[in-house]
Amino acid sequence: MNFINKAQIEAETNNIRIEENKKNKVNFIMIFLLILPIAIFIISIMFGRYAISFEQFMQIASAKITGNSIDISSNVETVLFKVRLPRIFAAMLIGAALSMAGATYQGMFKNPMVSPDILGASAGAGCGAAVGILMSFSSVGIQIISFIFGLLAVALSYFISKVISRGSNAVLVLVLTGMVVSTMFHSLISLSKYVADPYSKLPEITFWLMGGLSTISGQDVRMLLVPFLLGSVPLILIRWKINALSFGEEEAMALGIDTSKIRLLIVVCSTLMTAVCVSVSGMIGWVGLIIPHLARMLVGPNFKVLLPASCLIGCSYLLLVDDVARSLFSVEIPLGILTSLIGAPFFIYLLLKGKKGWA
Amino acid sequence: MGMILEINNAVCGYGMKTVVEDISLTVSNGEILCLLGPNGVGKTTFFKTILGFLKLQKGEILLDGENIINWSKNELAKVIGYVPQAHTPPFPFSVMDTVVMGRTPHIGRFSSPSKKDMDIAEEAIDRLKISYLKNEIYTEISGGERQLVLIARALTQQPQILIMDEPTSNLDFGNQIRVLQQINELSKSGLGVIMTSHFPNHAFLCSTKVALMQKNNAFQVGNVNEVVTEENLKSAYGINVKIVDTKIDNGEIVRSCIPLFN
Repeated sequence: MNFINKAQIEAETNNIRIEENKKNKVNFIMIFLLILPIAIFIISIMFGRYAISFEQFMQIASAKITGNSIDISSNVETVLFKVRLPRIFAAMLIGAALSMAGATYQGMFKNPMVSPDILGASAGAGCGAAVGILMSFSSVGIQIISFIFGLLAVALSYFISKVISRGSNAVLVLVLTGMVVSTMFHSLISLSKYVADPYSKLPEITFWLMGGLSTISGQDVRMLLVPFLLGSVPLILIRWKINALSFGEEEAMALGIDTSKIRLLIVVCSTLMTAVCVSVSGMIGWVGLIIPHLARMLVGPNFKVLLPASCLIGCSYLLLVDDVARSLFSVEIPLGILTSLIGAPFFIYLLLKGKKGWA
Repeated sequence: MGMILEINNAVCGYGMKTVVEDISLTVSNGEILCLLGPNGVGKTTFFKTILGFLKLQKGEILLDGENIINWSKNELAKVIGYVPQAHTPPFPFSVMDTVVMGRTPHIGRFSSPSKKDMDIAEEAIDRLKISYLKNEIYTEISGGERQLVLIARALTQQPQILIMDEPTSNLDFGNQIRVLQQINELSKSGLGVIMTSHFPNHAFLCSTKVALMQKNNAFQVGNVNEVVTEENLKSAYGINVKIVDTKIDNGEIVRSCIPLFN
C-alpha cells in the first residue's frame, strides 16, 4: 500500500514537473519572439542601398523625440522617413496580418493546408487592381478598388455558401464556393491581361500582381493600419474560442459556441486584413500558410499563444525577406516571388520535421 | 439538485424531411437511458435535435419544465454535455487543452481559462482516473483514452445531463467495459445520461431505462427487462436472439443476450 502511494506521488510530481517545464519553454519562446521583430527592425533600418548607421538612427530618433534640431544631412532623414520606415512598417503589418489570417483560417477550416486567400480575397483584390489599372486609375484609386473587390469576392463566396448549405456542412461548402469564386476572379484577371495594351498596361498589371513593397509610402502604411486593427483586435480577443472550432462544427456548438456567428466574425476580420494587404502590396504568397505551421511547431496549437506567436513570427519573417528582396542584388526582386521561392522549400522542411499531427 | 429532461412527441429530421416521429421520454438525474436501434433509424438525428444542432420539427423538449426552444447554445451547453465519438482533430492539442475546452460556455466572450477553470478540468481528469494522460498529446493517445478525455471534457462543462454518441464504438472489449463502468459511476454521482449503443448487452450492464427505435417509427421506452426482449430484438434487428441469465460468483444474476445465426 505504502509502495503504491509512493509511486503515485512520484508520478504526480513528475507530471507537475513536465507541466512546468512546458510552461517555461513556451514563456521563453514568447519572450524570444517579442525581441525578434525589434532586433530585425533595427537591422532593417541600417540595411539598404543607402546605409544608415545605428548612431545616425539614434540621433535622429532622439532629435525627433526631444524636438531638438540636428546636424545630420537631410538625405538621411528623407531616406529614413520617406522610404525606409514606411517600407519596414508595411512589411511588418502585412506579415503579421497574413499570418494571423492564415492561422485563424486553418483552425476554422480544421485544415492545416488552408491559406488566407482560400475564400477569394487575393483573387478578388488582384482582379480589382487589374481593372483599376486598365481604367488608368491613380495609385490610390487602384488600391481602393482592389480592396473593395477583395471584400466583394469573399462576400460572394460566403453568401453563395449560405444559400447552398442551409446550415449543414457549412465549412466544407464554404471552402468549395471559395475555390469557385477564386477561379472566377483569376479568369477575370487573365481576361483583363488579355485585353490590356501589351506595351503599357500589361506589364503594369503583371508587375502589380507579383507583389512588392518598392513603392510603399507613409500613405500606404496609413491605408494598411485601419483594416489591420479592425481585423486583428477582434481575432486576438476571441482567440481562445477558436480552439473549439478546430474540433468541428458540432462539438463547438455543443460547447456553447454560436458557430455561424463566430465564423462570420472570423471571415470578416481575416478578409479585411488579407484584402488590404493585397491591395497595398500585390500578391504575397505562402506567408499565411507557412508561418502558422512554424508557430504551431514552436508553441503548440492552442490559439491563446498560437495567434500572438503567428503575429510576431509573421512580421519578423516578412521584414527579413523584404530586406533580402531590396538588398541582395542591385536590382530589386519582387517580394512575392521571393516569399514563394523561400516558402516552398521551407514548407517541405517543416513537413519533414514536424511529422506528428501537422505540428 | 434534480434536473429532468423531458421530450414530448418530438418529430425530428433535416430541413423538410422527417426522420423520426413521435418520440417521448424522460431522463432525470442518476438515470442512464440507453438508446438502441438499427443503423439508419434516426438515433443520431434525434441526438442532434436534443443538442440543438437541428431544429425540432414538432413537439417540445423541456428541461425542468422549461422549453429549451429559445435557449442559446451557451445556456444549453451549461446543462447538457455532449460526448461525441472519438475522432482525431487535425492539430496536436494537449489532453489538458482539450479537456479545458469544456469550460467554453462558462468563460466570458473575450477571456481564456483561469486557474479555477484549470482546476475544474483537472478534477474531471482525476475523476476519470486519467491524470497520467494530462501532458500527452490528444492525437497520439489510444482510442479508448481519447474517449475518456472527451468524457472528461464534457464533465468540465459541469452539466446535469450527458449525451453520449456510441461511447463504446471503436473500443476494444476491455475498454468498452471500462468506459461503461465510468458512465455508471457518473450516473451514480447524479448525472443523467443518454447514450446510444449497438450492443443490447451494454443496456443490461448499466441502463436504468432503454429506448428501442425501430424502422417505421415504432418506438418503445421502458425498463431494460421490458424492452430488451427476444421478440423486440428480432423485430428491430432482424436476427434471432437468446436472452439468458447467468449467476455470477457473488450470487448476483446477470442478464445478457446471445445472437444466433438464423
